[in-house]
Amino acid sequence: MAAFPWHSRQRNYKTELESCRLEPVPLDFGDYHPLKPITVTESKTKKMGRKGSTSSTSSSSSSSMVDPLSSVLDGTDPLSMFAATADPMTATANMDSSRKKRDRDDNSTVGPDFEPWSCKRGDILARYTTTEKLSINLFMGSEKGKTATSSSAVSEKVRTRLEELDDLEEGSQRELLNLTQQDYMNRIEELNQSLKDAWASDQKVKALKIVIQCSKLLSDTSVIQFYPSKFVLITDILDTFGKLVYERIFSMCVDNRSALPDHFSPENVNDTAKETCLNWFFKIASIRELIPRFYVEAAILNCNKFLSKTGISECLPRLTCMIRGIGDPLVSVYARAYLCRVLLTEMMERCKKLGNNALLLNSVMSAFRAEFIATRSMDFIGMIKECDESGFPKHLLFRSLGLNLALADPPESDRLQILNEAWKVITKLKNPQDYINCAEVWIEYTCRHFTKREVNTVLADVIKHMTPDRAFEDAYPQLHSIIKTIIAYFHDFSVLFSVEKFLPFLDMFQKENVRVEVCKCIMEAFIKYQQEPTKDPVILNALLHVCKTMHDSVNALTLEDEKRMLAVLINGFIKMVSFGRDFEQQLSFYVETRSMFCNLEPVLVQLIHACVAFCFITIPSLTGIFTRLNLYLHSGQVALANQCLSQADAFFRAAVSLVPEVPKMINIDGKMRSSESFLLEFLCNLFSTLLIVPDHPEQGVLFLVRGLLNVIQDYTWEDNSDDKIRIYTNVLHLLSAMSQETYLYHVDKVDSNDSLYGGDSKFLAENNKLCETVITQILEHLKTLGKDETLKRQSVLALSFFNSILAHGDLRNNKLNQLSVNLWNLAQRHGCADTRTMVKTLEYIKKRSKQPEMSHLTELALRLPLQTRT
Amino acid sequence: MGTVLDIKIKRANKVYYAGEMLSGVVVISSKDSVQHQGVLLTMEGLVNLQLSAKSVGMFEAFCNSVKPIQVLTSSIEIVKPGKFPSGKTEIPFEFPLHVKGNKVLYETYHGVFVNIQPQKGKSTPSPVDFTITPETLQNVKERASLPKFLIRGHLNSTNCVITQPLTGELVVEYSEAAIKNIELQLVRVETCGCAEGYARDATEIQNIQIADGDVCRNLSVPIYMIFPRLFTCPTLETTNFKVEFEVNIVVLLHDDHLITENFPLKLCRI
Repeated sequence: MAAFPWHSRQRNYKTELESCRLEPVPLDFGDYHPLKPITVTESKTKKMGRKGSTSSTSSSSSSSMVDPLSSVLDGTDPLSMFAATADPMTATANMDSSRKKRDRDDNSTVGPDFEPWSCKRGDILARYTTTEKLSINLFMGSEKGKTATSSSAVSEKVRTRLEELDDLEEGSQRELLNLTQQDYMNRIEELNQSLKDAWASDQKVKALKIVIQCSKLLSDTSVIQFYPSKFVLITDILDTFGKLVYERIFSMCVDNRSALPDHFSPENVNDTAKETCLNWFFKIASIRELIPRFYVEAAILNCNKFLSKTGISECLPRLTCMIRGIGDPLVSVYARAYLCRVLLTEMMERCKKLGNNALLLNSVMSAFRAEFIATRSMDFIGMIKECDESGFPKHLLFRSLGLNLALADPPESDRLQILNEAWKVITKLKNPQDYINCAEVWIEYTCRHFTKREVNTVLADVIKHMTPDRAFEDAYPQLHSIIKTIIAYFHDFSVLFSVEKFLPFLDMFQKENVRVEVCKCIMEAFIKYQQEPTKDPVILNALLHVCKTMHDSVNALTLEDEKRMLAVLINGFIKMVSFGRDFEQQLSFYVETRSMFCNLEPVLVQLIHACVAFCFITIPSLTGIFTRLNLYLHSGQVALANQCLSQADAFFRAAVSLVPEVPKMINIDGKMRSSESFLLEFLCNLFSTLLIVPDHPEQGVLFLVRGLLNVIQDYTWEDNSDDKIRIYTNVLHLLSAMSQETYLYHVDKVDSNDSLYGGDSKFLAENNKLCETVITQILEHLKTLGKDETLKRQSVLALSFFNSILAHGDLRNNKLNQLSVNLWNLAQRHGCADTRTMVKTLEYIKKRSKQPEMSHLTELALRLPLQTRT
Repeated sequence: MGTVLDIKIKRANKVYYAGEMLSGVVVISSKDSVQHQGVLLTMEGLVNLQLSAKSVGMFEAFCNSVKPIQVLTSSIEIVKPGKFPSGKTEIPFEFPLHVKGNKVLYETYHGVFVNIQPQKGKSTPSPVDFTITPETLQNVKERASLPKFLIRGHLNSTNCVITQPLTGELVVEYSEAAIKNIELQLVRVETCGCAEGYARDATEIQNIQIADGDVCRNLSVPIYMIFPRLFTCPTLETTNFKVEFEVNIVVLLHDDHLITENFPLKLCRI
């Protein structure tokens, strides 16, 4: 049998609709209309879904995933695409906010003025740069400066700059001009290296000269913006020198028996080492110029340890006074800075003796290394308590101490006592601002070392202080920072919310925008730190409250961006809520959240998503096969209507794969009846939905239709039934509708195949090929009905097929035209046809032929003879 | 081949006083064994009057007795003639420090590594306050052209213990002209004389900057100087020579005016 290629008739549904439509009669609002209380299918689905959801055992989706739908497909469906694009945004947003937080924390806890030297050093070098030309003037002559330069006799031409650099011989004077900053730094580094070389080759005097000359450079402030960097570079050399001298003397103390311990006392140092050490000091004491004499002595000051126990602290006041001789204020301040850097501990001891000046204490706490302060916390508390408060309030001192303790840990044994001692003072502060400034800082220490009990106590104290006269209104930034700190330390939200005073604390944020900001922080932290899904009622309750606060802040003026942010946070929370297999609970949670968060569309989408997933895993637990099929179909439609494409796809797939399981007979109202008519009804319903289901990008063209066709093909149909062919005819209708340029109907916001393929010829070819197969099947079947007892069925089927071709086929095509004529004849051949139907059909054709572009039907009508009953 | 001879004194700071025992080792190291005629160790103490380049002419004119004065001499043979084995040989020795005849031992102030202290001095602090203004200056040609200034200060003592630093402080209370530099200049004054007359020679032995640039007004700048070990000795007055010390406070103004204030010092050793 020859294959009949299918050619769909081009339809213009809009004009057709208009031509078929009755003249519209305007209907007044109050008028009766029979179709008015029409119910939509979705509502039916819901009702049924609920009825069937009592059983929670599911077979097909027993995986523990929260959302089995997302596992069906990955990546490319619009939902996950949205998620994929949204995720990095939230991620960066989180990162940004956390970075900001960190920066802020750094600023608030460290104070912008403090850093350990190693960091500070790099910062200074990076920050204080210059494009101006620099110069280095090194004079390597004897200190008295009277020696004539000997090497100047060498011809200038021969002397290259490089040679000059190597030339650190006695009496040479070199002035390097027009250096760029980089040149300058290289030169200094070379000097540093030649210092080490000189030392290594036992040229101690030369080493000393290099150091002296380098220190002299610090008296030159000509390119002032580079001075801090110069200070760093040169003090590096001084440090090197100090270390070399110290190590040298230390090594002299090593006799055959044993080396000196790290904390030695001068009695253990032998005479030779002492003598050498003394010699260094004598040598340095005779340096003519003030600045090098100061710097070099400060550099080797540590060596005083070899001579006497108190040497260093005795030198300190003298060196400090010596700096007064430096006229240039900048140079003298940097000289002081160097002294402080070299003598951290001694400075501290001195501060202690200096009558506990509060300002001094504060400067020490804000400038010295946090570790240094932390290990002496008890001392500091003692000093703060004793110090004179006039001029500098104590709460600032406690704040400074707290800042240090947030950075470095005091000894374990002191920790509780420190907190108690400090809090004893803080809690007595009368002024709420003073109080909160301290509390803000100390909360970090409390969180760092103690449990929720202590944190709770502190929070209670803060509430007590800040509630009278609504003092909290002026302290939102500090209160916010307290929350942030607590969140940063308590990642376990069940613990966090079991801190009794946490929620009451939140209640202090009464200004809405502040409140929302705080809520956002909490939610961000929750999303970041909560690893496992939770159903902890404490967490749920608290976070629902928090989320509701965020949601309720949304109004007409809220920016889209803000809304999106809030929605992401709330969604993050909803995703982390799981009641495990208790689906009822889960559903009622969704119902509750839906009523709470109805103003944020993304949240509703999330909920629908969740509910769709809920349907998907619940449906398999039902027993009625048609209930299941219809629920899959309806859920798929709902999913589609909510742009959950991958979910819809999964539903339809599930429906298709369920079809083979439909039994032949089903029990309806106690009677066994054939299921075919129900199946036919269902499949037709499914077809009309499949029209608008877009193809999956990774599966072949018309994947679902093909799958369905295979299922139909393999299904065992009753022998004496033509339902299979009826279904095929309907498939033909579907395929015809699919080949239209614009489909008959659409789901809002879902692109169906018409816009996806845009009438692509390959798509149409595929479509037509399917049609061809279907037609072949139909014709084969018609052939088998050629026996006497089935002639009636043959006639009916032939006419029905003829009608289908008439409705959907392009009869301008000769083959199709011929096929339809044949079918017409077949229907009438054995006199089984109903003459009235045939007459009506023919009349219909003639009527149609009068419509525009239908003139070819006139010709067809002529070829269709009417057989009169003989 | 090469034989190296070294004398090592036991005491690290190499300072010995009269009556004490000077002890140490002679170290002989050589690759091969060495034949020798004995090792003789001689200790000698000298006062050497040198001719200053500045005053060479006039000194020679009136004094021809310039030769080293021996104050101490002692010699011992520590090894009899024989042979040193190859490698390192250490021979310990001891010298008693005894003054020759009735001569006095003076402290060395440069050169020789033996340092002898015969007498114990006694130091009583003698603080000095000073005020320097244009009016206090001597040797001024045009007092009117001087910028106005007022510098006060004090030295804690002009009687100094040689091992202790010279201390004090200085306050620039007022100065019309910017200050460029303030220095402490330690000067040694040597006087050599005999019946015919004497020669006096002042040498700067140490110069220390105590202020660099235009220092803060009314803030005291410390005066602090450690006496250099080799170039100073207790102030000395004998029939043949005198060694005395002075310190100058030198203020250099930015318009290159140089202001100097002189303080004689008396150094002693306790």
